[in-house]
Amino acid sequence: MKLVTFGALRRKGIIGMNYRNIELIGRYNPRKLYPMVDNKLMTKELATASGVPVTELYATIERQSQLRDLHTILATYDSFVVKPDYGSGGKGIVVITHREGDTFIKASGDALSLSDLRKHFSNVLSGLYSLGGRYDTAIIEKVVAFDPMFANYSFEGVPDIRIIVYRGYPVMAMMRCPTKESDGKANLHQGAVGVGLNLKDGSALSAVIHDRPVTHHPDTHHDFAHLRVPQWEAVLSMASSCYEMTGLGYLGADIVFDKNDGALLLELNARPGLAIQIANGMGLRGRLETVDRQKQTRDAHERVLYSMNYLE
Amino acid sequence: MISSRFQVLMIVMLLAMAGLFVSWYKVVYLGVPVTPHDKRSVFTVTAEVDLEGTGSAASVSLRLPSQQPGMKILEREGEAGEFGMTTASMQDGELLHWTKRQFDDKSKLFYKVRVTPEPLYEPQERKDMWDTSPAYDDTQFWDASEQAAAAGILNFAREHSADGISLAAQLIDMFNTEMPTDAVKELLAKKNETTSSLVMALLAREKVPFRKVRGIMLEDGQKKRRAVTLLEVKGTDETGYFSFKSGQITLPENFFVWSLGNRAMMTTKGIAKARLRFSVSEAKVAASMLSKREMLRQGNDFLNFSLYTLPSSQQNAFKQLLLIPIGALVVVIFRILIGIRTMGTFMPVLFALAFIQTTLISGLAMFFVIVASGLIVRSYLSRLQLLLVARISAVIIVVISIMSIMSIISFKLGIDEVLKITFFPMIILSWTIERMSILWEESGAREALTQVGGSLIVAIAASFAMDNDFVRHLTFTFPELQLLVLAMVILIGRYTGYRLSELVRFAPMAGR
Repeated sequence: MKLVTFGALRRKGIIGMNYRNIELIGRYNPRKLYPMVDNKLMTKELATASGVPVTELYATIERQSQLRDLHTILATYDSFVVKPDYGSGGKGIVVITHREGDTFIKASGDALSLSDLRKHFSNVLSGLYSLGGRYDTAIIEKVVAFDPMFANYSFEGVPDIRIIVYRGYPVMAMMRCPTKESDGKANLHQGAVGVGLNLKDGSALSAVIHDRPVTHHPDTHHDFAHLRVPQWEAVLSMASSCYEMTGLGYLGADIVFDKNDGALLLELNARPGLAIQIANGMGLRGRLETVDRQKQTRDAHERVLYSMNYLE
Repeated sequence: MISSRFQVLMIVMLLAMAGLFVSWYKVVYLGVPVTPHDKRSVFTVTAEVDLEGTGSAASVSLRLPSQQPGMKILEREGEAGEFGMTTASMQDGELLHWTKRQFDDKSKLFYKVRVTPEPLYEPQERKDMWDTSPAYDDTQFWDASEQAAAAGILNFAREHSADGISLAAQLIDMFNTEMPTDAVKELLAKKNETTSSLVMALLAREKVPFRKVRGIMLEDGQKKRRAVTLLEVKGTDETGYFSFKSGQITLPENFFVWSLGNRAMMTTKGIAKARLRFSVSEAKVAASMLSKREMLRQGNDFLNFSLYTLPSSQQNAFKQLLLIPIGALVVVIFRILIGIRTMGTFMPVLFALAFIQTTLISGLAMFFVIVASGLIVRSYLSRLQLLLVARISAVIIVVISIMSIMSIISFKLGIDEVLKITFFPMIILSWTIERMSILWEESGAREALTQVGGSLIVAIAASFAMDNDFVRHLTFTFPELQLLVLAMVILIGRYTGYRLSELVRFAPMAGR
């Protein structure tokens, strides 16, 4: 087991959990703003109101009794995603890519019967996946159409882009690529690859799996060196405008690319983790301090330009 | 505006100081023991009076000791036998009377005092009587030449001294020297006069305030000793103590003063022969017992507020309750400073409480058996498509059944420890099973085992911290130390540095 010293972490400008909790979340994220990001429906509404594109909402299920009509509710949809409204960390999300009559096929290829699906909805409504176990609402939304431009870097799932926005400035970004181990999910602790992205142009810097550096995707064996996110400035602008939208000073914006609709805001996180530092091979501290020194008021677009040019 | 960091530091300092100060006060001034097995000496001083009656009405009066600095009287108790016994409060202390209408026998009377040395003890009410009444009016018994000798001695002593104390020292010296002057010889030759009576007579003549201090050395195994008489002389702003044999001394630490003043310790009426002797025996008593009794007996307002004044059933509840902050502190340390992930924030404390009841090894064994079988049952229940609340309730019922079966089997096998497992909070176990299986499904076995393992590590650490005689004693006897725990929790709560686990987590980055 390799160890480092506290001094080495400090020199690298790495931010620890305690610093994040007190100095970033505690200071810049007032609790009363949480519902806006914890509640995915509310986030969707806010985003739509501020002109940020989101995935299309098909339906919501709020009561167990609605589950009797599940068949009717789902009738017109061939593919859809089920999400708990208050879910976090990708918990409770089921992606149905197509259906054969009353059999629903998941992204992994597993088949679910209508009653399997009903059980899942029931669990969601009971609050099994929600923060703090409160009663929840199930969201049914459109599946993100896999954009083939990232096909080389993903296994059975859609990669997403996580951007940390500090006081309105995008300060660090990474792409999270699902692997076989992560079961098509984009969560790093489940084994997805984290690819650090250059704020200047959206190109890959370095990549890690389970906090250990890698150069190639473990399943597709493609070199991350060739990865580059298109429409980079637009992606950063979407993330940056979430600051005005929510008022959260330290937030994580998750963005996906849809084949047809382009970049979409997937969800926001008021307590983004620190693995992004490992993916980038760089601590956040220096960039946060640079932002803290900015006395000038800038709009979202100006902040993005600043970040692209000065935060490295 | 004062920064919140500064406020936190202030609060932490205040809380810690308040907690430590109150504890310190209790230890130093009230003699509350710091460790549960702290032993203290308790001396039993017994005054024995041997009496021989005359056949008429008899009465014996004995002066009684009162509270004194550095020496705490715990109990006083007289034995009267066939006599009547009353105590009277006099100006210079208490007086005990033993009385009997007709007494022609021999008899023995006792008066016992239990004392514990306590260096910083200061009695609240202290009578400081200076009895300088000239009990030594010698003029009528001394002839002219003796008067002249006395005057000569005093002249010499006065010239060679500065104040009352040095005068007394000079006098005792003159009477104790191997080659006394003629004047001293003449006085000593007089019938019924001793060094002590002569020194006191001369001091009285010179109007130097003094009094007799009578007491006994607290040493185990003293039997039938006479009281030691010391002379206390008041100077302008200090007092000096004298032994008639060795001159000026400092009052020995283990000297228990029985009476102060020039009046006799014991007076009798209608008694042919009376003899007062003292015995001392020492016992080592658990200090916690001593102070507990003390607190209850004494009207100390401060300690009347102690948890020891509660009924014993409530005391036992508090003994458990006051341990929880210790467990919470352990959780805070493990999570914030070390960075171990646990299942539920304070679940480990609840586990630890259960482990304390069951003993650690059997508790852990039970935990594994119940959780493992619970997981199997729960995985079956999940196939029945029950609603969440119903499913957990079902798990609870199954867990109770497992516990009952285990208790019965172990009872038949003669293993008593397992019976205690019934106290294991079943709701907690059921929730653990439920959460663990969800975690298992959602994040995989690795994450589930990491969190359960983390919880168990913290629970084991917490149970060691809580199930410890010393900690139990401290938390219950010094509940104000909770303020210190609170201060530590607040301080750690503001820790923005790295966690120990982050040294591992971020290790790959430091190389790059």
